[in-house]
Amino acid sequence: MLRDLIVITIQVFALVTALTAVVLSLVWLERKTLARLQRRMGPMVVGPHGLLQPVADALKLLVKEDIIPALADKPLFWLAPLVVFVPSFVIWVTIPFAQSFAVRNMELGLFFIVAFSVLSIVGVVMAGWGSANKYAVLGGLRSAAQLISYEIPIIMVVIAVIMLPHSMNLVTIVEGQRAIPYALLQPLGLVIFLLAGVAEVGRTPFDIYFAESEVMGGPFIEYSGAHWAVFFLAEYVNTFTIAVLAALLFLGGWAFPLMPEATWVGFLGVLVKAYLVVLVIFWFRGTFPRLRIDQLMSFGWKVLIPLSFVNFGLTAAYLFYGLSRWSLALASLFVTAAVAYTIYRRMTWPARATAEQRLAKARAYRRVETTDAR
Amino acid sequence: MSLLPLGEKVRMRGISYPMAIDKQLDSLELMINVGPQHPATHGVFRMVVWIDGERIVDVEPHIGYLHRGTEKLCEGEQYSQIITLFDRLDYVANFNNELVVCMAAEKLMGTEVPERAQYIRTILCELNRIASHMLFYGTFALDAGAMTPVMYAFRERERIQSLFEATSGARLMHNYFRIGGVRQDAPDDFAQRITTLLEPVKETIAEADRLITFNEAFLARTRDVGTIDGNTAVALGLTGPSLRASGVEYDVRRTEPYLLYDRLDFIVPTGDRGDCWDRFWVRIREMEESVRMVEQCLQQMQSGPIMAPTRRIARPPKGEVYAHAENPRGDLGVYLVSSGADRPYRLKVRPPSFCNLMSMKHMMRNAYMADAIMILGSLDIVLGEVDR
Amino acid sequence: MLSQALAELNPKMSAALDEVVVTVERDALLQAALKLRDDPGLSFNYLMCLSVVDYEDRFEVVYHLRSLAKAHRFALKVSLPYDDPRISSVISVWPGADWHEREGHDLFGVVFEGHPNLSPLLLYDGFEGYPGRKSYPFNDYQEW
Repeated sequence: MLRDLIVITIQVFALVTALTAVVLSLVWLERKTLARLQRRMGPMVVGPHGLLQPVADALKLLVKEDIIPALADKPLFWLAPLVVFVPSFVIWVTIPFAQSFAVRNMELGLFFIVAFSVLSIVGVVMAGWGSANKYAVLGGLRSAAQLISYEIPIIMVVIAVIMLPHSMNLVTIVEGQRAIPYALLQPLGLVIFLLAGVAEVGRTPFDIYFAESEVMGGPFIEYSGAHWAVFFLAEYVNTFTIAVLAALLFLGGWAFPLMPEATWVGFLGVLVKAYLVVLVIFWFRGTFPRLRIDQLMSFGWKVLIPLSFVNFGLTAAYLFYGLSRWSLALASLFVTAAVAYTIYRRMTWPARATAEQRLAKARAYRRVETTDAR
Repeated sequence: MSLLPLGEKVRMRGISYPMAIDKQLDSLELMINVGPQHPATHGVFRMVVWIDGERIVDVEPHIGYLHRGTEKLCEGEQYSQIITLFDRLDYVANFNNELVVCMAAEKLMGTEVPERAQYIRTILCELNRIASHMLFYGTFALDAGAMTPVMYAFRERERIQSLFEATSGARLMHNYFRIGGVRQDAPDDFAQRITTLLEPVKETIAEADRLITFNEAFLARTRDVGTIDGNTAVALGLTGPSLRASGVEYDVRRTEPYLLYDRLDFIVPTGDRGDCWDRFWVRIREMEESVRMVEQCLQQMQSGPIMAPTRRIARPPKGEVYAHAENPRGDLGVYLVSSGADRPYRLKVRPPSFCNLMSMKHMMRNAYMADAIMILGSLDIVLGEVDR
Repeated sequence: MLSQALAELNPKMSAALDEVVVTVERDALLQAALKLRDDPGLSFNYLMCLSVVDYEDRFEVVYHLRSLAKAHRFALKVSLPYDDPRISSVISVWPGADWHEREGHDLFGVVFEGHPNLSPLLLYDGFEGYPGRKSYPFNDYQEW
């Protein structure tokens, strides 16, 4: 009994430490990636290539004065960071990094993850309400709407994945990808999962609830110092969770055709895949403007949710009729391409056409004779 | 033309909400103060916004936080000293500002500016237009949430400002134009420097199109947002690229050519919907035209005097004149009343940002909170000019 | 054409450097403004600038007008007595006059009658005096 307790304490402690290290690396990676995209150097002063910059930032945040607004609802204000932070860490208890490398490998692992990840919404809304700030309230309500809507496509996609190996156990799911990663079977599922996941962690282009040019940090506007650092930590842990889940559910986790079976190889494999997904998420951030609340909601409800049902239906048909893998992969790919083309055709294409027309019109007005300067 | 009853405490009631709102629902309007320290108000602009959910019900702009009394100050300064004050009005397009006050005084005095000085002025004004629009491109994308373009834009702006520094000795507050010409001749490698800096500028403009102009998310944010039709825009005094985006082809460079614009070959790009995207697109296209104009000027430019023979202290004759020019932000006018002294009797500035800002209220009807930021950004205001 | 359109309003025509200047009585302003905007031959739909000038014995309000369709412009002037600077607002004709008039009220104390909201624009609430006027001391400043 006592021994179990000690082991669990050590495991949880190790998990938190490892995740903190991951967050520090992510912060550095994000700043460097964005800097590369923007043709600048990024942090270069603290440590070689700014490697210690996140540590310095964290130290600065910890020693900063923690300001609480006078009108704030203090219990809510204090509790909110915890409510956001705890679920995002609890999820990690069941995420495996190799066949036998998880704190607790649960049979209902995915169910546990989905159930707990929703909880952090409460914390964000609490932060928004407790801050006694109108921007915070606006941001908190935005986040509630956004996170709840984007939870549905995630769940539907996860269900479609569960159907393939008939298991909610993450280890079984990864083992099911020995032959072929689910990303190849369900490219549509991967796309939906990534998009909804980015929305779930509130990163560009779905960062409307703390959009700094509109609500100036949203629910976190009044937080400073260590409290803000906790939100920050949770945000990056969530980003990494989405990336690792994408790696496990779609990219084959530690199972990879050409890799040896050793645990450490599998561990590295998952890490590399997760960091690649994270890089894609950072790439979004460097490229896209953010959407507006109504567009965000309609994208969620009118595009992602129907698509996730289509993905679900395709998988179901594949399993029910015992079709070949190629048919599922091709059908999924076709739907993805069709949706991408539809969006292009509705948005970019008409704009380009108008631009051409207008330029032609403007050129037609051009004066023909030019007075000679000399 | 459907205009709001301006000025009075307008409630934009009776707006047609696209979704039916249950009036039984007990809802409350939220009053939000945006600015003067809000990151997206581009300076010390403040607006009080009443929102119902995410929809704007009413908006009340407040300006004057940067009021320095420039017009009054001008009455106490000699003409050559006024030029520095004009640098500080629109601090993003300094050369264009200096030009207008010089033009007003020259018009009054009947001074004929030498050709080389005119070419230098035209080149610098057009380069400044590019620099100003670059700032717009960067900050507007930043308002929309895209953080990369601002870095690209500022890099080009930096190149242009280095050229300004080489020419006038200052990166920002140049004080370079004089009544009757320019302060000193352009550096020897002027043309060569400009040719080298224009290449990356052209590349960045093309990149702007690839990166942001036709981006789906950007289009979703800006298309049909903050629309204003041409007649309303003219009635509200909207000018510059913002007016041209509404389809009104009014460009002072075209209608009343000053400097050497009648010798240059350029097009005036116009939009048709008058939404935020049109205003963005028109400005990007204007940068292209400015590049072409600078190149033409460099081809035509020859050596010669850079200053008309004027007295050291300018004393325009008694009279009054209204000079105006196309600033990056719009139609900048100067109404100069001279009593024959070495200082103006009265100098009134018609700042384009000031007039453009008036139309903001009209554009914001039925907009979302997030649109308010985009609309404000698309007007490209400079508060130094609004408040004077 | 201008003189024809404004004939009944008793205008005084003069020529400034490069444009026509027409002076009308202040009672006739609104009528003249409507005519200038709506006469198809004139169609001055764009109010470029509205300036108030303090001549120490009188105020002059100058409207620089432009027609975008006809591409012509001119200046309309109204002279106001110094001790009674009241003038009707042209906001109903050119809505763009809104902030210009508020500024004129702010800095010069000219009352634009009919303007719906003449609250301070550039100055803060409670500022004393009219800093645009010649009589306002140059180096004076007020703590706020």
